[in-house]
Amino acid sequence: MEHAEHPKFLQHHFTDAEQQAESAKLGMWIFLLTEILLFGGLFVFYAIFRSWHPDMFYEAHKVLSVPLGTLNTFVLITSSLTMALSIRAMQLNNRKQTIWYLVATLLLAATFLVVKYFEYHHKFELGQLPGRFYTYEGINAVNPHIFFSVYFTMTGLHGIHVLIGMIVITWVLVRTIKNDFSSEYYTPIEMTGLYWHLVDLIWIFLFPLLYLIG
Amino acid sequence: MSEHTQSNHHILPLKVYLGIAGALFVLTIITVAVSFFHFGELNIIVALLIAATKGTLVALYFMHLKYDNKLYMTIFVLSLIFLAIFLGFTMLDTNFRGEIDVSEGPPIDQNAIIYEQQK
Repeated sequence: MEHAEHPKFLQHHFTDAEQQAESAKLGMWIFLLTEILLFGGLFVFYAIFRSWHPDMFYEAHKVLSVPLGTLNTFVLITSSLTMALSIRAMQLNNRKQTIWYLVATLLLAATFLVVKYFEYHHKFELGQLPGRFYTYEGINAVNPHIFFSVYFTMTGLHGIHVLIGMIVITWVLVRTIKNDFSSEYYTPIEMTGLYWHLVDLIWIFLFPLLYLIG
Repeated sequence: MSEHTQSNHHILPLKVYLGIAGALFVLTIITVAVSFFHFGELNIIVALLIAATKGTLVALYFMHLKYDNKLYMTIFVLSLIFLAIFLGFTMLDTNFRGEIDVSEGPPIDQNAIIYEQQK
């Protein structure tokens, strides 16, 4: 008569909580695969144009701020750490710690976007923009507007992912405060963590490819 | 009781997470420092090797791939293989078109019937 006493979080079509959690994780990883291929298209976009215009990429990348890019890399790695620790805290049934780690993750994500806002704002002011919106004259190379098309689509899509991450983290934060999770069930926080680490992982590649062209 | 818990989790010690984050910080500093020297072609190779190392650490420890069911690792590696095919063949085309199998003349026959009919 196990069915009668099954916990609230267990959906009836799963044998047990472990099977449910593993199924969720399988679905999440397949979603992450599609995310990698989505960004993959943009990495191919980058590779084609960099191989066609290597000198232009080198000249144009100099207008990006390495200090701000490095700062944002540190911010995002730290947010990945706090995200991982929020899940660990829940595994240990420490709800209060989970809440604080999630709040820290949210604040770090917001910091990332604020830094990104200042970078974007600066480029808008100077006309370092994609395609026909490009009006800047300080780059001594052909077709510098292509670099900014690549820069804005890649960092833009990544920025949207950070924003969506913040929404999802807020949702699991609210559910944690409402006492929906325990060491027996915390799948939504774990899935949010996987998504958040992927956002970090993509930035780990974007940063050297855009800011550190040698 | 155990069948009502989420799974037989491996709860990692705090020092593993802190150690990985520390390694990611150090690798970030190295990749920035290296970028100030110019080795030509080698720069992007070094930058990508460091990024791949950082990515591997994130996937294995933060995303728990090292400890979870290896099915998830398989899916992750598959996505990288798909990406390698996508990137590899695109680059072969765009950088070496007409070099491996030499083609002469324009690819489209200007005297094709469809053009004749439009006149």
